[in-house]
Amino acid sequence: MPETVSTPASGAAPNAHKQAALEFQAVNKSFRTGERTIEALNAVTLSLAKGVITGLVGPDGAGKTTLMRLAAGLLLPDSGMVRVFGLDTATRMNAIHASIGYMPQRFGLYEDLSVQENLNLYADLHGVGAAERGERFEQLTRMSGLAPFAARLAGRLSGGMKQKLGLACTLISRPRLLLLDEPTVGVDPVSRRELWRIIDYLVAELKTTVVLSTAYLDEAERCADVVVLDEGCVLAHDTPDAFQSEMVGRCYHIDCPGMTKRDIQTHLSGRKGVVDAVIEGERVRLVVDRAVEPEITSLLPNRADARLAPAVPRFEDGFIALLKKRRPQTLRAAHQTIHQVIDERSPESDGEVIRVDGVDRWFGNFHAVKKLTFTVKQGEVFGLLGANGAGKTTTFRMLCGLLPASGGNLRVAGVDLRRAAAKARARIGYMSQKFSLYTHLSVRQNLEFFSSAYGLRNASRAKRIAWALEQFELAPVAHAASGDLPLGYKQRLAMACALMHEPRILFLDEPTSGVDPLARREFWNRTNQLAAQDVTVLVTTHFMEEAEYCDRLVIMVAGHILASGRPSDIKNLVRDDTMPEPTMQQAFIHLVESSELEDKQ
Amino acid sequence: MNTNSSPASRRFGRQRLKGLIGKEFLQIRRDPSSLAIAFLMPVFLLLLFGYGVSLDARHIPVGLIVEKPTPEAASFTAAFEHSAYFEPMPFADMRAAEQALQLRTINAIIRLRGNFSRTLFSPRSAPIQVIVDGVDANTARLISGYIQGVWNQWLIHQAEARGRALDRPVVLEYRIWFNSAVRSRNFLVPGLIAVIMTLIGALLTAMVVAREWERGTMEALIATPVSVLEVLLGKLIPYYILGMGGMLLSIAMAVFLFKVPLVGSFWVLLVAGTLFLLVALGMGLVISIVAKNQFVAGQAAIIVTFLPAFILSGFIFDIDSMPPAIQAFTYLVAARYFVAILQTVFLAGNVWGVILPNLAVLLFMAVLFFALAARRAPRRLE
Repeated sequence: MPETVSTPASGAAPNAHKQAALEFQAVNKSFRTGERTIEALNAVTLSLAKGVITGLVGPDGAGKTTLMRLAAGLLLPDSGMVRVFGLDTATRMNAIHASIGYMPQRFGLYEDLSVQENLNLYADLHGVGAAERGERFEQLTRMSGLAPFAARLAGRLSGGMKQKLGLACTLISRPRLLLLDEPTVGVDPVSRRELWRIIDYLVAELKTTVVLSTAYLDEAERCADVVVLDEGCVLAHDTPDAFQSEMVGRCYHIDCPGMTKRDIQTHLSGRKGVVDAVIEGERVRLVVDRAVEPEITSLLPNRADARLAPAVPRFEDGFIALLKKRRPQTLRAAHQTIHQVIDERSPESDGEVIRVDGVDRWFGNFHAVKKLTFTVKQGEVFGLLGANGAGKTTTFRMLCGLLPASGGNLRVAGVDLRRAAAKARARIGYMSQKFSLYTHLSVRQNLEFFSSAYGLRNASRAKRIAWALEQFELAPVAHAASGDLPLGYKQRLAMACALMHEPRILFLDEPTSGVDPLARREFWNRTNQLAAQDVTVLVTTHFMEEAEYCDRLVIMVAGHILASGRPSDIKNLVRDDTMPEPTMQQAFIHLVESSELEDKQ
Repeated sequence: MNTNSSPASRRFGRQRLKGLIGKEFLQIRRDPSSLAIAFLMPVFLLLLFGYGVSLDARHIPVGLIVEKPTPEAASFTAAFEHSAYFEPMPFADMRAAEQALQLRTINAIIRLRGNFSRTLFSPRSAPIQVIVDGVDANTARLISGYIQGVWNQWLIHQAEARGRALDRPVVLEYRIWFNSAVRSRNFLVPGLIAVIMTLIGALLTAMVVAREWERGTMEALIATPVSVLEVLLGKLIPYYILGMGGMLLSIAMAVFLFKVPLVGSFWVLLVAGTLFLLVALGMGLVISIVAKNQFVAGQAAIIVTFLPAFILSGFIFDIDSMPPAIQAFTYLVAARYFVAILQTVFLAGNVWGVILPNLAVLLFMAVLFFALAARRAPRRLE
């Protein structure tokens, strides 16, 4: 089972009886950044089977990208050997590069070249002759849905389209081994599904071997084999089923009338014997450390009406349990005070802190946001969902006063943004997609800068910095350059920076994009704490299970609102005989696709 | 190394190279900043240095104080009025003139004392007083030289008029060769070609390679069957063409717009330009291998290549009048050798004694930088 295969000598997975496409033998790799030496991979021995999809999962900084780059021959191991189809990457680079396709994290596209020009370039680089070219272009653009956009510059494509173009460029040479480094980061569910269709086709029809790293655990579940990496070590290499069967009898659903699911989750997480507690639909999913049904009264004392029901294990449960076993200290219940005092009361009598009324935004001829209307109440966690390019980030920027609206009314924290954007900005915290940190400054220097930018001085500033270092567990890395930190740390630092001035409204733009599941749980823990203290949180995300954590949400498509309400309301919209118990992901895909269908008709 | 002999994995592939070069040209065409550096900057610099910057002093405003009007004094002031170099302005007394000097409305004061006519041909004392604004040392020297010139000329005329020889043992007769019109434009514009080619060869090249690292496209590129040689040539050939384009544009503007005489051979210029451009491209490639983001690459290219080409190449500032330590340093500046060739070929002709040694140094530098670039070029990510 997962834990037992972690010894360096064995890397054999159930599918390993097939001939290996990619072999790692006792591979070590370390990097130096400044004074620190980072052990990216530590005695990794692996053998990945031919003709199947192998998923690579693990927390940030686990060594996934390093492993990919070693496999592509872009890096050489410090010691040990990497072989692709039996060829050593140290000596047979040319032969290997002729048979692999590698897509780096940012897709490797030339943004100032058009779709067709990118395809032409990669066809040239892979020596695809004029004869085969036409047919392959036709097939790839049809599969990826890029055919209508052949003349468009790659930089003008949406995230999902870019990712499909990146894939098409790597597929032109018909590689025998396809290496995809986090191909689905920041990509909406509809686009992700299309990408998987292409990958499944490759494996089925062309017998391509695929290795892909991902932060989405539902994607890992679709792979034939999964390799779990942590801190440079292989923790497990097995089929997803094996991870799941380990968890039989340890997964439950719990709900309790009179308690919100968020309360239940906060109450359960960090409790003794509890491995994981996450919101799932209308209930809380509970994973315990032993295959014994827990006593409901020990979990929720004085709550006799709480209901506990066994749940079908998922890959994610096994993954979290595996990581938790290695480091029990993480995910302790971070009971914290974000704000010492919330002195002012709700600025509007009805508790509405954000009011968006018929807001428009044009970029030249492009109508990015169309007559948007919604309200958010104090202390709510409000989600903004949508495909790439639906107008979420534009909406966010308008709400933060960073971008003026072309029309309509916007009131944030009791202030009309058209009149006093600066005043409103002082009351909100904003965390952008890219985390907007000063990468060359240390963690402490970033905190110092952002606190002074918000006008904090002397004692109150020192106090707030100390608070941030402690609450966000940043003290151990206070002097490290923030650019060198793993993504999860950066995200925590960015959130701390956005909270330095104790804002009453917090805007989080794709805060969890590319962040691993453990860090995501921590992040939501903190967000829930904030909401419990009456801070209003607006959040965008591509993780549909995270949409369940919101009190209310809107789904945006092409600049307007497609659906809005509580998560259960949204799911009710698509509930029918074929989908009696829809997940948020299914609901989202269904709504977006049926709206696109309507547009076409 | 290559057991796999399929066409895609050969070390050098014409199709791959063609693809890379085509891509580079598309990017140049779409990127306004590349276009600006390649075409707008050269034109701007040429216009600026051709029209705006002139090291010749002309129409210099000077204050004239004549304390006692006499026929001699009148003829002396007339000499200034007729000179193309001066724009004399009469002042009543010294105080008013000094004020004007302080306000910088005039650059110098020429004062003829009351005893001017009397002491004119006496050997004892200097009969005119000249005060020059020395803030700009270069111009001050020019002005005092010009005043001396006008003064000498006038003295000779006076002596001839009076029928007696001037009491001077030696009379210098100047002939200026190689730029007989003594227009500073004539040596500035050829020298500028070296600066422009440094801009395209080193700055632009360093930045576009750094951009590939920054945007992650280099990573994708190295993972394809492309070889190092192809990546280097894929950058080299487009920017060589662009750089030579810049050179032809500069030569055309120099000859047809600014009427700089091209005494030597156009083909010698092309050969020297090619060699220098290869040096600049080599420097650009080496910089981009060390500096993998555009900002650092741009800064490094400006400091290491552009500024030395501007200041230490002899393009504006005469190398011989620099302190010895700096003079020694200029031997490391590639542009120095090219500027020497440019100025010689344009103004003096095919003087092989100057051209060949400088070409030899450029050739050596080109080989050196390419060896460096090829050795340090990315085969992998580190």
